[in-house]
Formats: sequence, C-alpha cells, structure tokens
Amino acid sequence: MNHADAAEKFNKDFDRTTWHDETLWWVRQKRDRAAFAIPEWEQLRETASQIKHNVLSNLDNYLIEFEKNAQKNGITVHWAADAHEHNQIILSILKSQGVTEIVKSKSMLTEECHLNPYLTENGVEVIDTDLGERIVQLADEPPSHIVLPCIHWKKEEIGVLFHKHLGTPEGCADPVLLTHAARANLREKFLTRRVAITGVNFAVAETGEFVVCTNEGNADMGAHLADVHIACMGIEKIIPKREHLGVFLRLLTRSATGQPITTYSSHFGKPREGQQMHIVLVDNGRTVQLGREQFRNSLKCIRCGACMNTCPVYRRSGGHSYHNAVAGPIGAILAPNLDMTKNADLPFASTLCGSCSNVCPVKINIHEQLYEWRQELTKSGHSPTAKTLSMKVMSAVLSNPTVYHLSGKIGRFAMANAPFVVNNSFNPWFKQREMPEPPKESFGEWYKKNRGEK
Amino acid sequence: MSREKILAAVAKNKPDLTPLPEIQNFGNPYANLVEQFKAVLTAIGGEVVYVKDWEEIRAYIQTHFGGRRIVTNIDPLADVAQESWIKSDPHSLEDVGLAILKGQFGVAENGSIWVTETEMGQRVTPFIAETLALVIQKSELVPKMHDAYIRIGGERYGFGAFIAGPSKTADIEQSLVLGAHGPKSMLAFLME
Repeated sequence: MNHADAAEKFNKDFDRTTWHDETLWWVRQKRDRAAFAIPEWEQLRETASQIKHNVLSNLDNYLIEFEKNAQKNGITVHWAADAHEHNQIILSILKSQGVTEIVKSKSMLTEECHLNPYLTENGVEVIDTDLGERIVQLADEPPSHIVLPCIHWKKEEIGVLFHKHLGTPEGCADPVLLTHAARANLREKFLTRRVAITGVNFAVAETGEFVVCTNEGNADMGAHLADVHIACMGIEKIIPKREHLGVFLRLLTRSATGQPITTYSSHFGKPREGQQMHIVLVDNGRTVQLGREQFRNSLKCIRCGACMNTCPVYRRSGGHSYHNAVAGPIGAILAPNLDMTKNADLPFASTLCGSCSNVCPVKINIHEQLYEWRQELTKSGHSPTAKTLSMKVMSAVLSNPTVYHLSGKIGRFAMANAPFVVNNSFNPWFKQREMPEPPKESFGEWYKKNRGEK
Repeated sequence: MSREKILAAVAKNKPDLTPLPEIQNFGNPYANLVEQFKAVLTAIGGEVVYVKDWEEIRAYIQTHFGGRRIVTNIDPLADVAQESWIKSDPHSLEDVGLAILKGQFGVAENGSIWVTETEMGQRVTPFIAETLALVIQKSELVPKMHDAYIRIGGERYGFGAFIAGPSKTADIEQSLVLGAHGPKSMLAFLME
C-alpha cells in the first residue's frame, strides 16, 4: 500500500487523526520553547551542521580512528556491509554465547535491518525494553515514530494490550499503573538476560567511546547487567572529538521532546571487568547516499524526530503510512536510497512547506531534497502512473494556447452548470473541501476586454 | 572483507574535505548557577537539597530513608549504609532502596550531574536503585555542556554518564511517569 492510500485509511478515523495531529504539534511547541530559550541556537545548528559535514568529508579516516581506539579499549569492532550481514554478526555472537533470549534498547538501525524478525526466525526471543517499543512489540507492529514509537496508541488501547499480556486489571488505562506494570515485567528480563543490544547516538573517533541517550535508563539496565553488550550503529554516527558532544547533546533532546537533556547520556568507554563489548558498524546503503551529492546531507541526521513532529503531512497521516523504519520527512529522503521502486511514493508525501528544514538541528535541507527526489524519481520512471499521466496531459494543455483557453472555458462551464462533474470522489481536490466558485471569465478574457484594445 | 569494502566506498564517495568549526563556549548567561541548576533539575522531576556538611546528609537519610537497603561508597556516610557491595554481583543490587554516590560536577543549563564508574562503584548502581542521591559541591557547577566537556577533558573512564533526574517515560499518551526502569526519584545534595 502506498503512502497516499495508507494515509487515507488512517484519515477514516477523523477524531484520531485530529488527536494525532494535536499531540505531535504539542511536542513541536515544546521544542520551540526549548530552542528559543537558547540565544545561540542558530549558531549551534550551524556548528553541528559543519561538524557533520567534516565527518562526511573524512568519514573513512574517522572510522579507522574510532576502530583503533575502541579496540585499544577492549571493544570488539565488527563491520557490516548490509542489513543481512548486521543480523548475521549478531546471531553469531549470540550463538557463541549459547544465548536464546536477549534484551534490546531502542535502536532504529535494528528496525531498519529487521533484526527482530530475523532473530525470532532463528529461535532467539527479543524483548524490546523502551516502553513505547515494548508496546508496539506486544502489538506486533513496528514503531510509528523514531522517538515516540507508540505515539499513535491511546491509553485505553494500551490498557487492553497490557491486560492481555501483562495481566493488568481489565479497563485500567492509567499511565502510571500501566508504566509500573511494564517496569515490573521488564525488570525481570533485565535481571535474567545475559546479552543486551543497544543503539548508538554518537561514537567519538578520538576516544573510541560511544554515547547512548535514554530517558528510561533501559539501555543502562540492559548493558550493565548483561555479560555481553552489543551496540549497533550506522557509520554516519561518528563524530570527531569528545568536545563535539557538547554541541550535539545540547541540540538533540531540545529538538526531540523539548527536554534540556535526556535523563541518561551514557558514555561507554570500555567493557566492565569480565564483560564483553561489541560494536557493529553498519553501512546498509549509507556509502551510496554519500556519493549522491544532492542527498548526502541526509546522513547528518541525528534522529531527533523534529521534522516529523512539525510535518503537516506526517501529523495527519501517521507514521505507519510511510512503510519504512524511519517515517516522516527525513525517512522520505533516506528510504528511496535504500529502494527506489518500493519507496518512490514517499518524497511525494510532503507539502514542501519547508518546516522540516527549519527545525532540523543539523540544518539538513530536507524539503529541497524531497523536491530533488521527486525529479529524480520521475526522470528514472519511478513516479506513480496517475501522476505521470496527469503531468503529460497538463504538459499538452499548457503548451498549446488554444487548448489551454478552451479547457479553461469547459472547466468554468462545467463547474457552474454541472457541478457534479467535479464535485465527486474521483476528484482529489474535492476531498475534505468544497470546490471554489468558478469565475465568470478568465483573466485572459478580462484583459482582452479591459486593456487589450487600448 | 566488508571493512575494506565500506572504507573503499567511503573514500570514493566522500565530498572534498571541509574544516572542523571552532567550538565556541557561548559564555555564562546565568546570574546564579545554583539557582539555575535547581530550577532545571526540579522541572525535570529531580529534587535539590541544600546541605552544609555530611552530618546534614546523614540526618536527612535517616529521616527519609530509614528501613531501606542503602548503599554508598562515600566514607563519611559509611555508618548509615552498606559498604560491602562493590565487588558483589551487580544483580544483587536489585533491592537497593537508596544509592548515595558522589557526582563530579553539575551542569546548570540542564540540571545534569556527571558521574563516572569510579564514583558509581558498580556501573548499574545509579540505574537499579529505587532512589538515587548524588552529592556535589555547590562550587562544582558549570554553566553549559561546552564547559562540562572542557572540564572532563581527556579523562579516561570505562563508563560515565550525565544523569538528569529520575528515570522517566512519556510513552503512554505523552503522560509523564517517573520511574520507568530505573530510580523513581532522584535527589541532588548540593553541599556548601
């Protein structure tokens, strides 16, 4: 199902769409308050963008430097060319440990690589420990937002889900009671699982350490209790020096949820005594995107989700309509890189209003890249058939003045005298709105009458 | 194999080298670091308690946390807490009611406190306890994260974390709930 069809399905529930829209806009407003409280906000964004540009321009050397320093710290470094290799590496570590049950903290990379289904097929039970991720996992769904995985779920629905899976009282929809039920359940998992997987927010080339940011402390509970900690990161998560964390940690959470910082910004330097620590560096299409000049800026993304919260299309269509691990505007420029045919619809799921670019903490020109992708996809024959056909018709009409004037006349006549021709469900402009009243004459006709003969 | 493949692809596709920008410090906009720190930490669910000395902390703990399992690695608090936990299995800390640890310094702009493995005793301690209390000197506050990293400098640590308040989540309809997996409450003792 393409984005437009999936969004239409989401829109059938009018109240839910409104609620989803308002909830995300509220998060966007919290972001604004946090950003406006920092006078140097714009300089921070510019600095972050420049650091990331330097990273992209020197990525191979930073990766080598990171590897060397991480190894010196006692961390085992793995390289994965694609999702499949990433999954295989993880499975082989688990097999070497004889482990069939693990805990995992939120990682959009493992979502991108479809690690959960892969491990499940291979007999490994994966427990997602971020509360939002646990909720969608129990519901057998992917996250619908990279920071707020179950933003599309209502508390009453979570109550029903938890009643079924965690034995909370029937009808209980209290966020505090539900959260504490999940806490008790997950604590048992933390205390018994021997391997923990986490994502990575930033990895520092200079020191070989990596930083994981959570509010719940789930990455830490997992990693510090497990015998083996496996961290998975996209190669673009490298930053050159520790001091650069000062810039990114100031931007990340303010952009994401409006908080001044996450509760835990954990810096993993070495495995603890007796523990194994692995890090998997994943390409999975990133080097290809690096070579696409007009799209490489998308690799600067620090996964804050601000572009989704502000996007009028995302807010009203829901994350699942993007059928990709990363939804919203940033997902729509990352996804076609992974699979142009499957994701050709996504760059069209935008108003090109530019709000996403305005809030992006690393100043990615998201809306410009959406526009670029549209042209790229149309040129390479990936644009939707309906759009291609209507563009052809449009082009024929606009290039011939006689046909243009005649179609204008027919259009105005039809709208005035036979409104049912346009006021029906076949006309997308009639959805959720009335058609405008047609003018009596075109501008061309008016001009000829009033100015043309003088 | 993949390593060489990835590095070669990066080398081939990367843009021309651009310089790293200078990291500006942006100065200190706060008239009073202690008040700023307190305001932010309180707003994000933490609690700030001003104390003169260890004696006051000891009294506070006895009044508020009596009867719970308390751990610390701070010598002056040895008599109100258990000390022989540092070498034990981290899982055995699951029933800790209060962990009292030293923090190195705090950051006024976001209410966080920098703690490393050395102060934690065990890495899991600040995360597994039901309440976490961190002790820092009032004089050990810096304005912003840039100052924090200047302060950390090239320090080598196995593990370190900025901790800002109790564990929390807002995953259920954006309602803030304290105590997701880690501490349900968090105290910062600010000492003279």
